[in-house]
Amino acid sequence: MSENIQKMISVTIDGTPVSLPENTTILDAAKLLGVHIPTLCHHEDLCVAGNCRVCMVEVKGSRTLQASCATPVAEGMEIYTNSRLVRTARKHVIELLLSEHRGDCLRCYRNGNCELQALANEYRIDQGVFIDLHKEDQVDISSPAIQKDDSKCIRCQRCVRACTELQSVSALCVAHKGADMRITTFWDKALSYVVCTNCGQCVTHCPTGALTERNYVEDVWDAIYDPTKHVVVQTAPAIRVSIGEEVGLEPGQRVTKKLVTALRRLGFDSVLDTDFTADLTIIEEGNELLQRLTQAIRDKEDVALPMITSCSPGWIKYIEHEFSNHLDHLSTCKSPQQMFGPLAKTYYAEKIGVDPKDMVVVSIMPCTAKKFEAARPEMMASGLRDVDYVLTTRELGLMIRQAGIDFTKLEEGDYDSILGKSTGAGAIFGATGGVMEAALRTAYELITGREIPFENLNIKPVRGLSGVKEATLKIEGTLEKYKFLEGVELKVAIGHGLANARKIMKQLENGESPYHFIEIMACPGGCIGGGGQPIPTTDEIRMKRANAIYDEDEKMQYRKSHENPEIIGIYKDFLKEPLGHKSHELLHTTYVKREKN
Amino acid sequence: MQGSENIVRKAVRKYGKGRENLLPILQMVRKEHNYLSEDQLREIATEMDLSSADVYGVATFYSFMDMQPKGKNIIRICKTITCFMKGKDSIVSVLEDALGIKMGETTPDRKFSLLEANCIGWCHKGPAMLINDKVYTELTPEKAIQALDEYM
Amino acid sequence: MVMTREEKLARINAHQERVNLIFEKIDSLGLLEKVMKLENSKILEYIKESGLKGRGGAGFPTYLKWKLAADQKSDMKYVICNADEGEPGTFKDRKILEEQADKVFTGMAICAKVIGAPEGYVYLRGEYNYLAPLLTTKMNAFNEEMNQLGLNFTLKLRSGSGAYICGEETALIESMEGYRGEARNKPPYPVEKGYLGKPTVINNVETLVYCTMIVLNEGGKFKTFGTEISTGSKVFSVSGDADVEGIYELELGMTIQEFVDLFGDGDTKAVQVGGASGFCVPRKKFKETIIGFEGVPTGGSMMLFNSTRSMYHILMNYMEFMQEESCGQCTPCRVGCQQLVKGIQAIKHKKRSATYLDELVKLAKSMRVASKCGLGQSVANPFISIVENFREEIIY
Ligand SMILES: Cc1cc2nc3c(=O)[nH]c(=O)nc-3n(C[C@H](O)[C@H](O)[C@H](O)COP(=O)(O)O)c2cc1C
Ligand code: SF4
Ligand code: SF4
Ligand code: SF4
Ligand code: SF4
Ligand code: FES
Ligand code: FES
Repeated sequence: MSENIQKMISVTIDGTPVSLPENTTILDAAKLLGVHIPTLCHHEDLCVAGNCRVCMVEVKGSRTLQASCATPVAEGMEIYTNSRLVRTARKHVIELLLSEHRGDCLRCYRNGNCELQALANEYRIDQGVFIDLHKEDQVDISSPAIQKDDSKCIRCQRCVRACTELQSVSALCVAHKGADMRITTFWDKALSYVVCTNCGQCVTHCPTGALTERNYVEDVWDAIYDPTKHVVVQTAPAIRVSIGEEVGLEPGQRVTKKLVTALRRLGFDSVLDTDFTADLTIIEEGNELLQRLTQAIRDKEDVALPMITSCSPGWIKYIEHEFSNHLDHLSTCKSPQQMFGPLAKTYYAEKIGVDPKDMVVVSIMPCTAKKFEAARPEMMASGLRDVDYVLTTRELGLMIRQAGIDFTKLEEGDYDSILGKSTGAGAIFGATGGVMEAALRTAYELITGREIPFENLNIKPVRGLSGVKEATLKIEGTLEKYKFLEGVELKVAIGHGLANARKIMKQLENGESPYHFIEIMACPGGCIGGGGQPIPTTDEIRMKRANAIYDEDEKMQYRKSHENPEIIGIYKDFLKEPLGHKSHELLHTTYVKREKN
Repeated sequence: MQGSENIVRKAVRKYGKGRENLLPILQMVRKEHNYLSEDQLREIATEMDLSSADVYGVATFYSFMDMQPKGKNIIRICKTITCFMKGKDSIVSVLEDALGIKMGETTPDRKFSLLEANCIGWCHKGPAMLINDKVYTELTPEKAIQALDEYM
Repeated sequence: MVMTREEKLARINAHQERVNLIFEKIDSLGLLEKVMKLENSKILEYIKESGLKGRGGAGFPTYLKWKLAADQKSDMKYVICNADEGEPGTFKDRKILEEQADKVFTGMAICAKVIGAPEGYVYLRGEYNYLAPLLTTKMNAFNEEMNQLGLNFTLKLRSGSGAYICGEETALIESMEGYRGEARNKPPYPVEKGYLGKPTVINNVETLVYCTMIVLNEGGKFKTFGTEISTGSKVFSVSGDADVEGIYELELGMTIQEFVDLFGDGDTKAVQVGGASGFCVPRKKFKETIIGFEGVPTGGSMMLFNSTRSMYHILMNYMEFMQEESCGQCTPCRVGCQQLVKGIQAIKHKKRSATYLDELVKLAKSMRVASKCGLGQSVANPFISIVENFREEIIY
């Protein structure tokens, strides 16, 4: 359509003429020409702030320099990205940031992966011109998941924007003004006393060491070195497509089997897989959904529908704060991590003949909220702390590097058995829409006895990065037991990023939710974009990780959770039946109401 | 706190829940006790469907939104250059002596708080100060004490 | 030229009577009906020919601002009167509002008519809360009058709460929308996307009164005043070591010398023109410096300092003001202000050598081009003009 044809704008950048669509920023325009302009407050996931001022360029005829991240190209602009004025001002800005900053890089968690450090390095700011202004701040370690150190903060507001725009949590805010301006929480409370969901999106969007995960690497090493301990490790679905980035590989590499070998080399005694309990989640949650549908449709009972997934602990804390009147919509299933913990310390411990007291369960998660989840008081179904330590992908990367392992040269290995075997359905838990897809593959088959009618089992409509996805599945040819579902249009929705969760919940709150089943993941993109994943994470990188996960799925022997032989085994041996007595004891949980503000 | 509940609700009812009404609401609530309490901010956030951190961030931006308990009467004396030149410091000492407090403090009986402000727009008649919303200009030690008397 | 105070006053009064636009007593409400019947194009023509530039400090041509907003297509537009008057040494808008609120409102109504805005706001600084009852009463009467005339324009009052930066137009909008008063990226400008995302004209109190007078007088005497670049007159706030302090409407284009002769105490060593964000003019430059857009522009603040004053002290006072009143979002301004304050302190106390002053001047120059808004950009004005002209006073 003619009106959709974008107006083109002609400009020159450092003397090179270029023509660009209207509304392109100078920053993007320069990028197209291969000119790198440094940035700090800019992040492609977030709205433009234009406050750090390192990305300034000179535009001929303009009284001041322009922030290239915030300024669209205009016809005839002559842009200079590296003029004397630009360099002087940029160097001043970097100097100023450093003067405000507690620059103890050698002791900093972000040493080596810090945008401020990189910039200081590029500009060789080796001698401070200005007076040191930094304050010795108290580090906030009140949360088991997130650590905040104001003395490392450059006030770029990326965390605040992530927490507000992506997550609509707004646990963080910018407070005060002038020299006192800082990033804080309501009434300057410690993070664990506010509405923070521990999702870690502020961490992955922070350019510096001001926000990091609480790291438990030393504790895990201690457990590994302790000869009296049997240390079990579980790996979340999304780890296998992202750990490569921590050891120097390009985003989107599947390295599952090398990961297994690396974990063995680190000294873990059993290398097991959260994908297994992801499959288990599907069986329990799928049956729970069918039970609710039966109660609602056949028995006309008052039961909370839509049912909403519960495997994302950031999402759980969010709903507990924000929509605490609707907790009955949550599936009672624990997350795969927390299903794994008690099974390891009961079923598995018994099988391998280890006293559960001597067992340490470590999880490798793409997630910071999982640290909080593992520490929840109710997560002691085994009688002990079910999961002892949760490490992020980044922390595991650190351990691998510390151990001097050349990841690329590792041979391939296989997970240990009983809690180690999984299906493609378990793997795709790592991407937004994955739980839904896995659940539909199983539920449809339970209801009709036939495979879900999508080519190669790939349920494309629930994949991808759009914020809220919807799908409708008409159920036809039901088995006798599910006759009441004949002709029913099963409506599902998928939301990722808590801002999208909010939209879905507002609809539900208003009594307008048309769905039967909803999947929600706290982080944009799902776990592949989790708060514990390698930094940086952008949409491009999210897509690469997601594609790798779908690739993993297609290459698996089994692609439906209910076909996993170890799942069949554990029901036969131990759990007996889905939603049975043992399941309730070990695999299901309850939620708590929390304050909204 | 029953009292704070009422004023917050009243303010939100008067101005409406739209974000653009946040400042007038904060101003009205602040007026009641001359400061905003933690509970009041929380309640404003809940009533307006905003996050409490967000409201806190806005409130702390404005220097008149005091967030520590303040006296019934707030004295804000101008510290900008021309008032300074006209003898603002001596007025401050007189007030400090009369009230028995230092700059920034509140009298134990919660009658007065003594604060500084940037230029209040009476530079030609400095030193100038505000007590609540009333201006006092061309202050001398005597005039400053007289001004206090109005609130004793 | 030495005059007694009485002679000075007589001269000043004569000058004021000749100019007398802002405080002229006219029944602007009574004239509303007539004005509102004028063609928009006619109004714009008057404003254009007057050469009026904004009186809030930035000096943007008022005609152009209105025209840009008028050309926007939108279901909603706003007019905002900027009565945040926070610049140290400025107090003229307070008096205008106290005495001539009707003329301010009329100016807003004229603007609203031209651009097509059904709503207007006056953003009054919190320090002027005592004016709120008066303004509310007058506003109600004005709204009633508009209603009677069958005109669709309503005025509302909003208050600030102690934040100088909220006088910056985009920070003002943020504040009105219920946010922290942090300046926005420009473009888009308020005339395209202003209050609640709608085209918005923001004008200073005084600018609006001039608009009223220019339109009422069909151009009239305004453009006979001033110079080619700085047409018209302007209201000045005079304070400091002056024989004659107060608020005066004077022609633009006089030299600082002429000004000092009229207002000074006979011992003036420097005049700070434009407040804490303005320029310091030392005695040796009085004769060559013109008050106006071709010389030192000003929002009206004229602070006089005599030889007993410490320029170090004055500079510190301005810098501390900026350090506190910066919104704090952008690096050059937030950290730069702190460095300037700490830097001149360090030099004064011999913690840093005098050459560090040169580093600070370079920093101030970077702040001028790198800061996000007018506040940070203008910190260099007082800093450089004081440091360069009074270097010894700063160091020793
Ligand atoms: C820090 C800062 C403070 C300002 N304060 C005021 C003010 O108090 N009043 C005002 O009219 N303009 C102020 N301005 C200028 C406004 O941004 C804007 O240019 C002006 O209101 C436009 O009106 P005018 O064109 O009529 O001058 C300020 C600008 C800056 C950068
Ligand atoms: S945040 Fe970056 S620059 Fe600062 S100490 Fe850490 S690594 Fe160094
Ligand atoms: S962890 Fe998540 S919810 Fe908590 S402050 Fe960071 S972004 Fe906000
Ligand atoms: S904590 Fe990190 S993301 Fe947040 S403002 Fe500071 S440096 Fe930026
Ligand atoms: S220049 Fe100063 S006031 Fe303006 S945006 Fe930057 S920090 Fe805020
Ligand atoms: S990256 Fe452009 S201003 Fe920060
Ligand atoms: S300097 Fe004190 S009122 Fe302006």
